[in-house]
Amino acid sequence: MKIEVIGSGCKKCMMLYELTKEAVNDLGLGSNVLYSTDVNKIISMGLISSPVLTVDDKPILVGILPSKNKLKEIISSSL
Amino acid sequence: MNIFYPIQLLSDFLTYSVFKIAPKSLLASSVNFFIYDTTKIFILLIVIIFVVSVIRAYLPPEKIRVILSRKNKYIGNIFASLLGIITPFCSCSAIPLFLGFIEAGVPLGTTFSFLVASPMINEVALILLLGMFGWKIAFIYIVSGLIISILSGIIISKMKVKDLVEPFVYQNTLEARDTNLPKMAKKEIFTYAKDYTLDILKSIWIYVVIGIAVGALIHGYVPADFLAQYAGSNKWYAVPIAVLIGIPLYSNAAGVIPLVSVLTEKGVSMGTTLAFMMSITALSLPEFMILKKVMKVKLILIFATVVGIGILLTGYLFNFVLG
Repeated sequence: MKIEVIGSGCKKCMMLYELTKEAVNDLGLGSNVLYSTDVNKIISMGLISSPVLTVDDKPILVGILPSKNKLKEIISSSL
Repeated sequence: MNIFYPIQLLSDFLTYSVFKIAPKSLLASSVNFFIYDTTKIFILLIVIIFVVSVIRAYLPPEKIRVILSRKNKYIGNIFASLLGIITPFCSCSAIPLFLGFIEAGVPLGTTFSFLVASPMINEVALILLLGMFGWKIAFIYIVSGLIISILSGIIISKMKVKDLVEPFVYQNTLEARDTNLPKMAKKEIFTYAKDYTLDILKSIWIYVVIGIAVGALIHGYVPADFLAQYAGSNKWYAVPIAVLIGIPLYSNAAGVIPLVSVLTEKGVSMGTTLAFMMSITALSLPEFMILKKVMKVKLILIFATVVGIGILLTGYLFNFVLG
């Protein structure tokens, strides 16, 4: 399973990356969280907001920084 | 009747009965002002941000670009500016937004209209204006902001600046694609709106409180019209100085507006105040730095100059009209 945070390198993107790592760890998923600043990836998914969280290249969160609990919910419901 | 009258009763009660401060003293005036303003502003913030987030959930930027890619030039500028009102602007999204708009065939001028309106006319600035200056000034701000963003976009599109955009931006020009947005159920939209409202409050409350507190001190202790001699409407240099000071201040708009309202009370003229706030929100140094990734510095300068001139003219106009 591939979990990736894509952003333009801003503060909010970094925060989402850190939060996602924690959430994935708490959920015991054992996958590595990737971080990318390739904005073209966002564009080619048809999105124009940053940051984006993807699971297996499918966007599950766009342009917002949720709470950790909410993030866990979103990740586990997308599995 | 003033709908905020109950808040005045509450602040009077707290100031005179709970804290037992002698009425008519400077301290009483400052404390009363502080309680009244913070309560009013926070009520407005909670209600309006919540409503705007619900609208926003139905109309994310991805949908907006589809709308804009189908509009012709001038209508596009008007739509872009109007849609900019409800869109939050995070400098995080500046690049994907710019690339995505161009890719979907949204004209450059329309994209610029959106880039001006989105940060300049945002709900937090509007609430603070409404709370501190009343609806007339908030309305003037919206209308002038719309005119500036519409005209700036049109002027930039007339300037043939396409070659000042980095070539890679045009590499993948496609039809507007279907958006891949995660779907949200009604219930989720309300949770999202609630979370978003709390999020915004968390990030700005401290600036708002400090801004109002400093404002309250000045309100109580500095004589009215004290600043008129330096920044009254007859001082031509007040507007350009206000615009220059506003450029690096973007992140603290939430705290600056309450402060500015008190400066106005002490004699800074209304046109200068409006120009100052527009400069804070629309001309942002961090955003310019980010835009360097997709356009040449010359285009950023053109963009800043066109918008800056619009703001200056607005400042002078309202100094002239409102005295």
